[in-house]
Amino acid sequence: MADEPKEQQPSGVPAGDKPAGSSAPTSTPPAKAPAAAPPAAAPPKPAAPPPPKPPVQLQTPLNNELVGRVRAKFAAALLEAIEDRKQAILTVECGRLAEVAQYLRDEEKFDLLSDLTAVDWPRREKRFDVVLNLYSFAKNERLRVKARAGDGEQVPSVAGVWPTANWLEREAFDMFGIIFAGHPNLTRILLPDEWQGYPLRKDYDIIEQDTSWVKENLGIESGQ
Amino acid sequence: MASNTIAGTGEKQQTLLGADELILNMGPQHPSTHGVLRVKLKLDGERVIGSECLIGYLHRGVEKIAENRTYQQFAPYVDRMDYVAAVSNGLGYCEAVEKLLMVEAPPRARVIRTILTELQRIASHLLWLGTHALDIGALTPLFYCFREREEILKIFEKYCGARLTTHAFRIGGLQYEAHDTLEKDVERFCKAFEPRIKDYEDLLTQNRIWLGRTKGVGILQAADAIALGATGPVLRASGVKWDIRKAMPYAAYDQYKFEIPVGATGDTYDRYMVRMEEMRQSRLICLQAIENIPAGPIMAKVGKVLKPPPGEVYHSIEAPKGELGYYVISDGTVQPYRVRIRPPSFVNLQSFDHMVKGHLVADVVAIIGTLDIVLGEVDR
Amino acid sequence: MEFMKQYWAPLVCGLAIVAVLPLIVGYVVLVERKIMADMQARLGPMRVGPHGLLQPIADAVKLLIKEDIIPDDADKLVFWLAPVLSVGAALLAMAGLAIGPAFQIAQDINVGILFVVGVSAMGIFGIVLGGWASNSHYSLMGALRSSAQLVSYETAAGMALVCGLLFAGTLNVTSIVEAQRNQGIWFGLLAPVALFTYLVASIAETNRAPFDLPEAESELVAGYMTEFSGFRWSLYFLAEYTNMIVVASVATTLFLGGWLRPFSETRWLNFIDFFPPLLTAVIGVYCLMRTPKQPARVQQLFMLAVAGLCFAVAAVLASPVLVPIAKPSLAAAVRPFYAGIHGGFWFIFKVSAYIYFFMWLRFTLPRYRFDQLMRLGWHFLIPLSIINVLLIGIAMIVGVYYHLNGWRLLLATLPASIMALIIALFILALDQKGEAQKAPSRAPDSYA
Repeated sequence: MADEPKEQQPSGVPAGDKPAGSSAPTSTPPAKAPAAAPPAAAPPKPAAPPPPKPPVQLQTPLNNELVGRVRAKFAAALLEAIEDRKQAILTVECGRLAEVAQYLRDEEKFDLLSDLTAVDWPRREKRFDVVLNLYSFAKNERLRVKARAGDGEQVPSVAGVWPTANWLEREAFDMFGIIFAGHPNLTRILLPDEWQGYPLRKDYDIIEQDTSWVKENLGIESGQ
Repeated sequence: MASNTIAGTGEKQQTLLGADELILNMGPQHPSTHGVLRVKLKLDGERVIGSECLIGYLHRGVEKIAENRTYQQFAPYVDRMDYVAAVSNGLGYCEAVEKLLMVEAPPRARVIRTILTELQRIASHLLWLGTHALDIGALTPLFYCFREREEILKIFEKYCGARLTTHAFRIGGLQYEAHDTLEKDVERFCKAFEPRIKDYEDLLTQNRIWLGRTKGVGILQAADAIALGATGPVLRASGVKWDIRKAMPYAAYDQYKFEIPVGATGDTYDRYMVRMEEMRQSRLICLQAIENIPAGPIMAKVGKVLKPPPGEVYHSIEAPKGELGYYVISDGTVQPYRVRIRPPSFVNLQSFDHMVKGHLVADVVAIIGTLDIVLGEVDR
Repeated sequence: MEFMKQYWAPLVCGLAIVAVLPLIVGYVVLVERKIMADMQARLGPMRVGPHGLLQPIADAVKLLIKEDIIPDDADKLVFWLAPVLSVGAALLAMAGLAIGPAFQIAQDINVGILFVVGVSAMGIFGIVLGGWASNSHYSLMGALRSSAQLVSYETAAGMALVCGLLFAGTLNVTSIVEAQRNQGIWFGLLAPVALFTYLVASIAETNRAPFDLPEAESELVAGYMTEFSGFRWSLYFLAEYTNMIVVASVATTLFLGGWLRPFSETRWLNFIDFFPPLLTAVIGVYCLMRTPKQPARVQQLFMLAVAGLCFAVAAVLASPVLVPIAKPSLAAAVRPFYAGIHGGFWFIFKVSAYIYFFMWLRFTLPRYRFDQLMRLGWHFLIPLSIINVLLIGIAMIVGVYYHLNGWRLLLATLPASIMALIIALFILALDQKGEAQKAPSRAPDSYA
């Protein structure tokens, strides 16, 4: 639990310290005591102090029946289960993503894959987060499943579990360069086939791209 | 020669059995692909045996742009995705960021948002109906639909000054108070609209030629629809009764009574009927909403500078095209860390290949039309 | 010289038609656009000339000055020939038609209807050769589809015409109308199923909606007209609208009484004779009323001119009717004028009504898919028309036996028509059931 907030705060500046400047309603003066429990250093704290409404902890550990069942079945593969703003998030081990997906679809009845995408946390060792947003018609419930993958690490494709993932994984590949093992046709989908680079990575600088293209193709300095 | 005609070049391919397979390229500039969509069809004579959609001609890197804008600065960008239904896009985004901020828009704002979004749903479906009918050959419904759409766009213009890319909502509520004739205009529109829907139905619903062109064309069964992730009218026409407005209500939808039309076979005709009925239901929602718009503030107490606490949220709404989802990650700064937009048209378009197999070339256009895709949303 | 003396009138008429017809067709296109606009709740061309009346001239000039693009590998001779064939066939067919008892270019061909139908069928060459000459795989496919459609519906159209010919007893165009005058009833009323069949078949013959798949813009396979630009395209366009006028004229001649006034032989209904001048006068009055509303002076003058033209035509139409009333002694002298002028009016009126119906269908109905189109032709229209011919023939024999003529012949032919329709609908129902059984049933995929 303590890892999570640290990784999500690359700037290392706690949200709780900013209340003076921003007037976000959630950053009331630090009643940090309840949320300051984590033994790790105070600064990288995830949740802001409770808002004026009934105190709600953002990003709290989650331990309901579903988590229990998943934990029972996958033990080590389930790295973490939290709840952020009342939405359940499970983090699983990358290598077993397909198994977990199959289980979630068949046993837990999460038959609709709403979205599959990726997020880039460059300062983390495993920089990519592959995020699946699932929905169950029977239970009218949403679930988010995350898997962490490093640069160059292959992520098992869930296209065999939900055919929806076919294009969604292609887009994640196109934008981030994440290779999905077992995908029927992992090619670029939105960008031209010969595009170099993966735009949604944090180290992909648009201005740099533009300047280099202009220099290459037009032979002048870009005006950006 | 043929390379600059609409049909493009046809390359013959010998399959293993020696039968000739023809690859026909459709688009990206084509009167019927509703935008810059390129479809490669594999034909065996007149039958389609395979297809491939090539998208990305309208990719503008909206998600990358979002990482370099503040939350409020990004709001006008979302209008440009599904430019046919800009108000819905704005609603989804504003609500997602409000969830991130953990604020709720005040009741008055929620009701006005609902009214405008439902009007936008009607407008979007009207445009779909006009263009779909035009593709199939009926020239007249397009003009009737645009006549109705004009009334709705006039209401939008009165409200926020823009007709198409409206940026009608703000994070936390609304910026503009409802203009003084909003209720009257909406009521007048809704009263005039009922006989008009009947007009469209008279022209098309029982028409033998329309039935012949749409019944049994592009069947998508419920299990396939769920597996392929189709949402919105496409899913409902296949028989799955699911609407986010009822399942996970947002804005003010839990206050109103409306039905969810469901189809039986999942063919083009069912999708047509579902959308027609949805227009009627939207009209009912509008009428219920304008009866009682609560008084009060239109903006929640959010500051000028928005810095949501770090975390993430996935919020989806029932856009006219399907489930429009926003996955917003905040790192505590004024700019979002990641904004992911789950476009309904993108996922719906995936089922195109499945739907078109075995049909004739003339049905391809009908099937593209029935999916109701907007390339701005597919490509972002 | 002898030749000239005998044939100067037809020659002049022919030249006049060829010169004037493009203008007329241009205005038919304008009328179509205005009617389309009216049905679509808008105004149509309004800018070029008052109410868009100069639009066809602008379009013609534009098409004439366009660049003539010929595909590289196209067969130049055939590329030149194809539109010429289409237009030539259409214009030649016009020659065999009689607009009034005296307005006929090819006078008294004793196989008149056969000549018209046969020559207009030659227009199919123009389509196929056009597709061939474009040197494009898709144009050729579109052309072949179009010609397949035309050929299929040719049979049904021909059979429907045969029905009318059974009543007329002759192929001579003038004699057919005379026969209708003698019978006192139009053949379309005697054989409504034949009229209906011919109507549907002629829509398919002219590639009009709902049968216009080969030339629709939103379809994939571009039609035979794609590679033709500018003047060549306008020739095809001209051919299409001339064909429309030709089939409308054939239908009018055979089924709608040609140049006869409704109830032409009934004396007490002679007041119908006042309808033509009244109609034109009303149009003239309408133009006068719209004159002050025109924005510019030039347009006002133009509207005044149009109103004046309408009044002149009204006067011309009224004179053969009023003169015999005023001066009975001149009645006999005026008679041929009456027959010619009023005959011309009624013929044009009926042709216009038929073409209006074409346009009405175009803007209301969606398009048939090609296989549905062919199925309709072969599985419904052809059986219907053949059965209709048989039954009408039987009805005619019955009529001769019982000395039924004129309106009384309806007693025999109406049951025949109804029976033919029932049988054909039965065949259609059988066919649809068979088709439904054949339709592929899709089981859920391995996706589920």
